[in-house]
Amino acid sequence: MARHALSLIALLCCGCAGWQSALDTHAVQGTRLAHLIWLFVGVCAVVWVTVTVVLLLALRKKNDCPDDGPHTPAEASERRMARIVRAAAIATAGIITSLTIVSFYATRELTSAAVAALDLRVRGYQWWWEVTYLDARPDQVFITANEIHVPVGRSIHLRLAAADVIHSFWVPSLTGKQDLIPGRENTLTFTPQEVGIYRGQCAEFCGLQHAHMSLLVVVDSAADFEHWRRGQLAPAATPRGPEQETGKRLFENKACASCHNIQGSTASGTIGPDLTHLASRHYIAAGSLATNRGSIAAWLADPQTIKPGNNMPRVRLNAGELNALSAYLAALR
Amino acid sequence: MTASEPRAVSDSDLDPPALEKQLAATWRTPGGLWGVLSTVDHKIIGRRYIITAFVFLALGGVLALLMRLQLAGAERRVLSADRYNQVFTMHGSNMMFLFAVPVMEAMAVYLVPLMVGSRNIAFPRLNAFSYWLYLAGGILLWAAFALNMAPDVGWFAYVPLSGPQFGAGKRADIWAQMITFTEVSALAVAIELVVTIFKQRAPGMTLARVPLFVWSMLVTAFLVILAMPTIMIASTSLILDRLVGTHFFNPAEGGDALLWQHLFWFFGHPEVYIIFLPAVGMVSTIVATFARRPVFGYLAMVLALIATGVLAFGLWVHHMFVVGLPRLGESFFTISSMSIALPAGIQIFCWLATLWDGRLMFRTPLLFVIAFMVTFVMGGLTGVMVASVPLDTQVHDTYFVVAHFHYVLIGGAVFPLIGAIYYWFPKMTGRLMSERIGRWVVGLLFVGFNLTFFPMHILGLQGMPRRIYTYPAEMHWGTINLFVSVSATILTSGFLLFFIDVVRSLRHGPPAGANPWGASTLEWATSSPPPSYNFARLPVVGSAQPLWDRPDVLPVVCGLRADRRELLITSLRSAEPQARESSPRNSIWPLLAAIASTVMLISSIFTPWAMVWGAVPVLITLIGWFWPKGTPEDEG
Repeated sequence: MARHALSLIALLCCGCAGWQSALDTHAVQGTRLAHLIWLFVGVCAVVWVTVTVVLLLALRKKNDCPDDGPHTPAEASERRMARIVRAAAIATAGIITSLTIVSFYATRELTSAAVAALDLRVRGYQWWWEVTYLDARPDQVFITANEIHVPVGRSIHLRLAAADVIHSFWVPSLTGKQDLIPGRENTLTFTPQEVGIYRGQCAEFCGLQHAHMSLLVVVDSAADFEHWRRGQLAPAATPRGPEQETGKRLFENKACASCHNIQGSTASGTIGPDLTHLASRHYIAAGSLATNRGSIAAWLADPQTIKPGNNMPRVRLNAGELNALSAYLAALR
Repeated sequence: MTASEPRAVSDSDLDPPALEKQLAATWRTPGGLWGVLSTVDHKIIGRRYIITAFVFLALGGVLALLMRLQLAGAERRVLSADRYNQVFTMHGSNMMFLFAVPVMEAMAVYLVPLMVGSRNIAFPRLNAFSYWLYLAGGILLWAAFALNMAPDVGWFAYVPLSGPQFGAGKRADIWAQMITFTEVSALAVAIELVVTIFKQRAPGMTLARVPLFVWSMLVTAFLVILAMPTIMIASTSLILDRLVGTHFFNPAEGGDALLWQHLFWFFGHPEVYIIFLPAVGMVSTIVATFARRPVFGYLAMVLALIATGVLAFGLWVHHMFVVGLPRLGESFFTISSMSIALPAGIQIFCWLATLWDGRLMFRTPLLFVIAFMVTFVMGGLTGVMVASVPLDTQVHDTYFVVAHFHYVLIGGAVFPLIGAIYYWFPKMTGRLMSERIGRWVVGLLFVGFNLTFFPMHILGLQGMPRRIYTYPAEMHWGTINLFVSVSATILTSGFLLFFIDVVRSLRHGPPAGANPWGASTLEWATSSPPPSYNFARLPVVGSAQPLWDRPDVLPVVCGLRADRRELLITSLRSAEPQARESSPRNSIWPLLAAIASTVMLISSIFTPWAMVWGAVPVLITLIGWFWPKGTPEDEG
């Protein structure tokens, strides 16, 4: 058992840092939860060690006794044990009551409404995330996918919805998870404390490619965030050179345009992710591949091998078309 | 036909050898295939149930190993996404519906009539029917897996993923119909157990003298009766949504996706206690026997069992802490989920007190109890963690929860179960299992289990969600996952060694005798294995430890007929004799009724009209089942 405790500590020390860890947190809420986890771990460890020690003492008291038949318990020792059992039961009740109160206050703290600096809608699809930056002024609203940029130190409010099946939004370094349920809207609030990139992924089983439904939350400085936001509001980059122009034409005329939207082109589908600023995102296909021209070409050539069962069909392209299309998409910064 | 005999043969008219001969003739199961298919002997059916359930355990274990192969490293391609989703769905459904619940009920089918001192279970034909239906449900699920059309929506089958729009093919229908099979059989057994325990106890076995295992099965049976109808409503509604276009779960038409989760977990949480409470009974039995004294705090233990059973229905929402329910409701379910730690704690303390005061005999069953305590307490404590709403938002649907419930289910139920097999194997077969191999089995299972599942807590906190078929290398989960997969082989070797010991001991185990452990309960008052009629004369009980009162003398009743199958009915509270009741003879009709029901239920996956024309054969077989055959039992 000591082995367990040691290996636990060793693993926790070296292993829990990471961009998707509930113990390496970078938001007010996540940190509060991490403290709560450590508190519970501490209390539970003490209880477990106590019970195990008592058990071992009970076993050590006597080695294998000869079988001298059943015995009738002595009344005095029964009374003494009854007192101890009663005390232990009261202690148990005390511990669970305190833990209940602690978690009750934690919930209240986490859900206390601060004025949100940013209001986003996240809609889960099989198997990607659509992110809408809401604003009272319609010209300030924009849509992106699978990557959320937020300013550091501000309260972020998410409205969670689902387009098809149930998903769950979970970025453990920032805060706990919340489900996205068709026909309902849930909310989640977090306040990032540190600039950085944090990974999250869908936590509710949502079908074939549940494993490939991740997202990034990029926490920027206020200035960087504003710069990024203005970039996202702008229409897509105009193609440079004949290859990219061919690529744009292909995108508009092939099947691509019926599912995807690119602002500034005639492609205005809404079934798939908005690709207006595709190349500004770190990953394509909800965290499946790092964004670069090669990975985009690979995805276009055969999306079903990289993420089997996803809703993007294989569109027939010859080598030249593939080249042009990937050049165009890789330039959509 | 003994019906034509002119005079009733009472057991008081016969000397012991003649009585045993007469009883054996009355209660026997004929040899050959006909006997196999038509028997209603609870011991034969119970044994069958246990063996079948362990076969499903082994199959489910193979699935677990497949998953561990896939997850041993990042981006491995042992299984495709589709196959992996089938495998984890099968693993969960198989272990819950085809192994854990049936095996616990199976142990009770075998043991409860013996422990209460009766000759057969109540409604023995229903018992036979329930086994055949359970077998059919298991075959349905595994045949679907073999045909690559196994359910792939998780053992919880959340809508809308399992609904008509997203769950293509017949996969979710097969899952839902498998539920029907296993739930009907579980319900049947539960009712048999309640009636057996309430009305067939040996004279003098008042409620205050009922063995703790029997108490635990009584509470479990009530949980089954109250919880299973919910899942049947849920799965039937799902089938209706999928098959005839109702909209119970379709939000676009006024249905509700969360309704499914409420219904499922209203069953799903008591389900955990349906598995765990029988294990509690096994632990109490083993502790008493090997500490050579009655369990400390009998009344507290019984009340804890009942309290657990009641509370079990008040915590289903803790599976739904992240679906966005009102905070007040969530707080209520935090309190109820935490409070179940209290009866669990009381039981642990009472066992500790018993061990503390006892004179211990360190035999394999007791070693399993020790392994159980250490492991289960940890599972219980992580259960307290997931009961906290805010904490659960981080660990819900991660490997932390996978670790938690394996600690509870393997540590809390499988360890006691294997211990119970070591304990009751001599009663069931007449031979002891190997003490030396048994120690190795305990060691391998305990070490293998902890090395396999403890690291999963850490994986969960590191952000690894459940039910993912692969993960990218940059998540750095690879090392721990590899460690887990390698450790799983130790756990597997423990199970393999156990199966080897079972097979070996069947032939070569030393003869056990009637009561090899010097235990106190009635099943040890008859020979090992027990004769078809269980007891030549039904015992009379004067305390909670009948065989410890006066080890050489056991009072008995007489006056029961020996020439027809007859049981003694006693009063519910104080077990005073009330009536002699005839018990049905062997019959092929339960098997035929099960076949007819199977045809109807499986066909209904493909056409709703099967419920109409399929009902006709079911009706015919039921008429055959209940038609008087002119046997002496019919007079009863």
